[in-house]
Amino acid sequence: MSFEIFFQNLLNALQWGSFYALIALGYTMVYGVLLLINFAHGDIFMVGAYIGFFFATLLMGKYAGFSTGLPPAVIFGLTVLVTMVLTAGVGVAIERIAYRPLRRKGASRLYVVITALMCGLILENGNLALLGASRRNFPELLPNTVHNIAGVTFSNVKILVIVTTILVFILLETIVRKTKLGMAMRAISYDRMAVPLMGIPVDTVIVFTFILGSSMAALAGVLFATAYPVLEPYMGALVGWKAFIAAVLGGIGEIRGAFVGGFLLGFVEIFVAALFPSTLRDLIAFSILLVFLSIKPTGIFGIARATKI
Amino acid sequence: MLEVSNLHVKYGNIEALHGISFHVDEGEMVALLGANGAGKSTTLMSIMRLPPPEGPQVTKGEIRFNGVDLLPVAAHILIVKYGVGLVPEGRHIFGNLTVFENLKLATYARKDKDQIEKDYERVFSLFPRLADRRWQRGDLLSGGEQQMLAIGRAFMSGVRFVLLDEPSMGLSPLLMLELFRVLKELNESGTTILVVEQNARIALKYAHRAYVLEAGKIVLEGAAEALADNPEIQKAYLG
Repeated sequence: MSFEIFFQNLLNALQWGSFYALIALGYTMVYGVLLLINFAHGDIFMVGAYIGFFFATLLMGKYAGFSTGLPPAVIFGLTVLVTMVLTAGVGVAIERIAYRPLRRKGASRLYVVITALMCGLILENGNLALLGASRRNFPELLPNTVHNIAGVTFSNVKILVIVTTILVFILLETIVRKTKLGMAMRAISYDRMAVPLMGIPVDTVIVFTFILGSSMAALAGVLFATAYPVLEPYMGALVGWKAFIAAVLGGIGEIRGAFVGGFLLGFVEIFVAALFPSTLRDLIAFSILLVFLSIKPTGIFGIARATKI
Repeated sequence: MLEVSNLHVKYGNIEALHGISFHVDEGEMVALLGANGAGKSTTLMSIMRLPPPEGPQVTKGEIRFNGVDLLPVAAHILIVKYGVGLVPEGRHIFGNLTVFENLKLATYARKDKDQIEKDYERVFSLFPRLADRRWQRGDLLSGGEQQMLAIGRAFMSGVRFVLLDEPSMGLSPLLMLELFRVLKELNESGTTILVVEQNARIALKYAHRAYVLEAGKIVLEGAAEALADNPEIQKAYLG
């Protein structure tokens, strides 16, 4: 593999790793707080992409008689922000409607996980019923410029995705390390029973976690749609599964684990595809990860959890 | 201050408390004694309103705090609004946070910044060991240090009335003594205390009054000194 091709693949791996990392975050944070694998999360990513699509096309004046005349880059910025807020609302709504009642009744975690799976299916099929099976093309809001440095070509979108993900990592680490809500998130993952004794409303912390996770999935959705502008109702399924695998690889419950796991998965996939026929990509990539997990079942940063009595 | 009357509590279908009544007045240090399974922890959990499935269910009776019915109040509101806190059995400190983060988290709902600073100083002067270890993770502390942290944390949450569940458990006799001395000091500076203990000797030495629970009922009550001289108590709990 020549130097240029290596770097080309490296950038691709970083971009895909970024998507996985941003989605894996939601899995890992919700697991940290609730010990729940939120299988609806991949579909939250899909919902984010769709909300972004509708909001962007609305601002661009695709619907009757309404046009803002804003420049596309501004529309992009607004779309990202509004999509994050609205998608966070969807995530919180699912928590309220589906998970909280079960929690109140002290339902076993298995039932909550099954409920999460059903919520994901409802989102997918609800989208299908509402909008039909036709694919939608995400509008090109950022002029796709391709740069070339020493034989390595890269687009501005790719750089945007990678830089955004790194900034998100720094932001989230700061929130979780420095703010009281972040501390409360960590505290809940260690000992849920003692948290209300500190005067902390557990539900507030849970809602905050869903807001963070869903808005990051929405960010991933809009960035993904900007890089690969075809939307369909099942787009969140496979990417969601892979992001979940990334979260487990990194050590579920750990924020840095989600990032490292996401990038690791990106690297393995891209470099396997670069060296082997691309039809074998997932087969080889996941075989490698299977071996990795059998050696270190807790993931990279995970610690074995002793069941507390 | 705290008035519990005719409290019936059950776990699932099993009744654990069969109508107990007791009270704690402002400024007092009261001990709740009894053997394993007598219902001491259940009493505290019922006052603290820990929600199901962890918590027991109150089926009958009243818990009033300065006249206010506590039964509909959620656990986190008890601290924020009424200053009622619990140091649970087994400490339940956050092992993945540092000592300082544990204390800081307890100030979550407090707004009185100046007083918080003073309270940190107070905790560190009561427990100098915590000051030395303030940047260490909670799970690296010894059992005694964890108990100090659990009490310091309750203090930081702004309690005026604190419930302690078996604070001496697992501590050496020397540490136990030190712990009760600190509790006494906190009590004398205005914190009302209800302490559940299996170690009746030390509890009766420091408390003003005590109740003895047996199989979900209160069988004895009185001033701590009188109880310490009571032959029944001496036989059953003081050996």
